[in-house]
Amino acid sequence: MTRNPAGEASTDSMRILIIEDDREAASYLVKALKEAGHVADHAADGEEGLHAAQTRDYDVLIVDRMLPKRDGLSVIAALREEDNETPALILSALGQVDDRVKGLRAGGDDYLAKPYSFSELLARIEVLGRRRVGKEVETSYRVGDLELDRLSHEVRRAGKPIVLQPREFRLLEYLMKHANQVVTRTMLLENVWDYHFDPQTNVIDVHISRLRSKIERDFGSPILHTVRGAGYIMRADG
Amino acid sequence: MARLRALMRMTAVRLSAVYFLLFAICAVVLVFYVTATASGIVEDQSRATISEELNELAQVYRQGGIIGLVRTIDRRSRQPGASLYLVTDATGRIIAGNVENLQPGVLDDAGPTSDAFAYERYAEDDDDRYHLAIAEVVSLPNGMRVLVGRDQSEQVRFRGVVRSALILALALMGLAALIAWFFVGRRALRRLDGVTAASARILAGDLSERLPVTGAGDEFDRLSENLNTLLARISLLQEGLKQVSDNIAHDLRTPLTRLRSKAESALAARPTEAEAGEVLEGLIAESDQMIRTFDAILMISRVEAGSHSVLKSEIDVAEIAADVVDLYEPLAEDAGASLTLEAPPRLLVTGSRELIAQAISNLIDNALKYAAAPDRRTKIKVAISDGGTRWRLAVSDDGPGIPPDKHERVLERFYRLDQSRSMPGSGLGLSLVQAIARVHGGSLVLEDAAPGLTVVLEMPKEERQTSDGGES
Repeated sequence: MTRNPAGEASTDSMRILIIEDDREAASYLVKALKEAGHVADHAADGEEGLHAAQTRDYDVLIVDRMLPKRDGLSVIAALREEDNETPALILSALGQVDDRVKGLRAGGDDYLAKPYSFSELLARIEVLGRRRVGKEVETSYRVGDLELDRLSHEVRRAGKPIVLQPREFRLLEYLMKHANQVVTRTMLLENVWDYHFDPQTNVIDVHISRLRSKIERDFGSPILHTVRGAGYIMRADG
Repeated sequence: MARLRALMRMTAVRLSAVYFLLFAICAVVLVFYVTATASGIVEDQSRATISEELNELAQVYRQGGIIGLVRTIDRRSRQPGASLYLVTDATGRIIAGNVENLQPGVLDDAGPTSDAFAYERYAEDDDDRYHLAIAEVVSLPNGMRVLVGRDQSEQVRFRGVVRSALILALALMGLAALIAWFFVGRRALRRLDGVTAASARILAGDLSERLPVTGAGDEFDRLSENLNTLLARISLLQEGLKQVSDNIAHDLRTPLTRLRSKAESALAARPTEAEAGEVLEGLIAESDQMIRTFDAILMISRVEAGSHSVLKSEIDVAEIAADVVDLYEPLAEDAGASLTLEAPPRLLVTGSRELIAQAISNLIDNALKYAAAPDRRTKIKVAISDGGTRWRLAVSDDGPGIPPDKHERVLERFYRLDQSRSMPGSGLGLSLVQAIARVHGGSLVLEDAAPGLTVVLEMPKEERQTSDGGES
């Protein structure tokens, strides 16, 4: 199965539940998510959040880790217990590796340390929300005239084969899997390299520009775009 | 009085009181048991002798009748060390024997007497006329009664002597214990007072104060020494904390001030929308850098807090190094540097993949930042080697290096060489790498690569139980 080439997917509206006790941060989030075209509800404590997540159907949950009445991890664990698999992103002031591991073990799908940039959060929840829709395991991706075969590891653009290094292949694979969605540098570092620390320099940019030169140089139209202040997006139309 | 009460509250005193009491009870029980058993044996012997004599007397009676019996008893009574003999007629009048007087009622029942009884013997010194004895009484068909007995005074006296010796010994012991408590307790109290006074001064805020150590090597000294080590550790941590907060104040205040003034001047300039956007982007970038610095500080303190907070597993450091080199290779090439890896195909150690990768990444990043120059091709080498129980990670470059006298200083948090102040960076990179080495039980050393710098991390392959290997 291939994806819709157009950017229509990114305008899909998602229903998001924010469980966060900091009212100011929450109302900023609700507002920003609305501006991004999503519908957001807010719950101010763990109990209220759990109740809301149990009674209404959400596409994504944004759960603060430390909450009054019931902590975020236990809210997620309670939902998973009831086979509620709504993707959950954990927000936490504890940004260390081990906290992340604990968060993901408790049933969280992604972990973001505070302070975070909104573009990072938005990119991540859009990827999480989309995960639900395209659950089937796809064996090939297509964006415009760029094709990637996950089984034979072949990449072609306009029918012409492109030779990639293994790491470049994985980078492209991740970008194409999330075509029409903004993918941040941190997401690439986490998913392609499996590192959760912050390399002081933007190592990812260099890898992207190499990849870009391979998939764009001989083919006029750009396909891997830089989104300022956020990251990258794979999209067929300029 | 208050001192005595304080003395009584001391554990040592309370313990010895309990021990003394227990010992005294045991001693009393033991002595009473021994004396009682000894008297039992002596009494049994006496009773055996008595029944033997009675048998003999019965023989005499059968052969010689009452006359023979009386005569025999009369004779035996006079022998030295004789048993007690008494023959009375039916009315209780004494006919023969060596007993002058008898506790009333002894002759009433035939058979062995149940208890010792008092009696008086003929022709004895006046001083101790009253004695105790056990006996057996036989009544003859004509109503006469014959008593044969053995004196028990010796034995009673022996019992008395042993028991009074016991009481005396216990009294002496109690007295000695009291004296010992008083002196030992007073000495202990004095030492405790010293410790209390010193800790009061420490509590009042003087962390440089130490508890007194006399050099006696006793438990007080050991306790004081341990507490002093603890205090040293605390003041070290406090010093570190103070340094960190000073540095945070400095290193976050500076960019924060810059951030604020940028926002202020942009606002004052009444910018167009495009200009405002540009300024805001700059502000975001600046705050991101601050977050980074902050994260690094937190990470270092977290890592330095102890190895317990870091998840470790078996990792292949050769593979990790290859991965990180792969990550940085394009960046190095863009900077005009060569990045090479020298590692065995596989090297398994216990550690945190994330932290080791971060250390290698920081070191490569440093080498790229400070050693690479556009006008020449800098060589950066990452080397992993197996040294038996330890393993070694070395990242070297052939750049300008760091003067040897600055090697110690660049490991300090936020320290930056003057010539690198203009470079982006928090001044925390090496501190973080050092903290990572420490949390793996190893150390970080800077070496002169002539030319250039080699940063060497040496860590044990297996995690040891002792947690803080790298204390300075």
